[in-house]
Amino acid sequence: MRYSALSVITQALRGHTGWTPAWRKAEPAPHYDVVIIGGGGGGLATAYYLAKNHSVGRIAVLEKGWLGNGSIGRNTTIIRSNYGLPGNIPFYEFSMKLWEGLEQDINYNAMVSQRGIFNIYHNDAQRDAFARRGNAMRLHGVDAELLDRAALRREIPYLDYDNARFPVHGALVQRRAGTARHDAVAWGYARAADARGVDIIENCEVTGIDIANGVVKGVQTTRGAIGAGKVGIAVAGASSLVAAMAGLRLPIESHALQAFVSEGLKPLIDTVVTFGAGHFYISQSDKGGLVFGGDIEGYNSYAARGNLPTLEDVCEGGIALMPMLGRARLLRSWGGIMDMTMDGSPIIDKTPVRNLFFNGGWCYGGFKATPASGYCFAHLMAREEPHPVACAYRLDRFAAGRLIDEKGAGAQPNLH
Amino acid sequence: MRMNCPHCGPRGLDEFIYTRDAALSRPRDGGAAPTQNWIDYVYMRENAAGPRREYWYHSAGCHAWLIVTRNVSSHEILSVDLP
Repeated sequence: MRYSALSVITQALRGHTGWTPAWRKAEPAPHYDVVIIGGGGGGLATAYYLAKNHSVGRIAVLEKGWLGNGSIGRNTTIIRSNYGLPGNIPFYEFSMKLWEGLEQDINYNAMVSQRGIFNIYHNDAQRDAFARRGNAMRLHGVDAELLDRAALRREIPYLDYDNARFPVHGALVQRRAGTARHDAVAWGYARAADARGVDIIENCEVTGIDIANGVVKGVQTTRGAIGAGKVGIAVAGASSLVAAMAGLRLPIESHALQAFVSEGLKPLIDTVVTFGAGHFYISQSDKGGLVFGGDIEGYNSYAARGNLPTLEDVCEGGIALMPMLGRARLLRSWGGIMDMTMDGSPIIDKTPVRNLFFNGGWCYGGFKATPASGYCFAHLMAREEPHPVACAYRLDRFAAGRLIDEKGAGAQPNLH
Repeated sequence: MRMNCPHCGPRGLDEFIYTRDAALSRPRDGGAAPTQNWIDYVYMRENAAGPRREYWYHSAGCHAWLIVTRNVSSHEILSVDLP
């Protein structure tokens, strides 16, 4: 069923009795040409672009729980392409361009809202670093603007400009950045992939990867064995556990990241704002809740929840930037598991096992990358060569010394 | 998470700093050549679920280095020992 204004009106007249499920409840077949492990944003987008752009035969997505229960439904919904390094900028800008046409492409309202992102700077050195990043972006054709204090104050008057310790001096702005409805991205890709014949199999946990003579042959699951010509791993958060089934060790640690939302408030913050002196970012959802987050917990974790010291740190950052937040009440918080790589950048590559491909290591930046992650992984799996914008995301870049370390933190995943 | 420091008793998580996996050991060859052992030590991780031994530093307490055995799947602290 195609969604349109006409379909909404027609269904309204029929009492909304004619809507059909967005995707089929597929039963696993004994064999597929391509099996994607992981029904999150990356896996669903990969399946969609495989079906749309490439001829690879039958495709299945295997999800251990239900669609949207992992990081795709646990993030703070920010989309942006304000990166500073050559390996990253073209990839994230490609993703931003896909976001701009996504809803028409998949015929689903993902509530993409290009409300802009303001990265606040608080001292001269930080201004210089942001000017450099903005220039790098512009050289790659990405929009970036450096605002001074007066110009920023005209747009965002409610910051604590004269904070004694962290005075606000200005901001780097990307106006095409913004937010999108995270769940809708998963559902939209699932529906669009399903419409192109992809089998989306929920409650189907992969328990083993079958390999013979260095070639992948299929997977063992809680719903039986499934043969496969090619297998793609897209399970960020659990990458090491799944890769271990194929005997692989990865340059990845799992860490917990929390996110928070306040009670619903009237329209207050019409953009995305990040604090430059600590780690804090905030936007307001269409329901009115202030959605915000900060650092990862700092210790390895597979528990999808955090602890109170991080909550305190995030709220301190928020109140240092926007004292008015002290009046809002926190409604809920939740956690997700991040694949933290050793340089803070993702991996989209072949593995040493033939026909087994890997997509992961998204750190806490996977949501914005969802469309390009799927697009480039589909390209890699179908053509066995990396997409030009994702060619830096090699698995061997650590051994080769070609790291993409935006933060310059070194091989310390808990600091990225 | 609260940890029972052998010197200070039970203290809150915010007094401690996590540093690294205690099972990793630094290669002893001096590091003049980029061997596979060094690549494994610096970059590759087991990253298994369940209990794990790791180094923590009691920075806001007695400044002791501690070996904490912790279940990374549940955050349960199983033991806190001096190295």
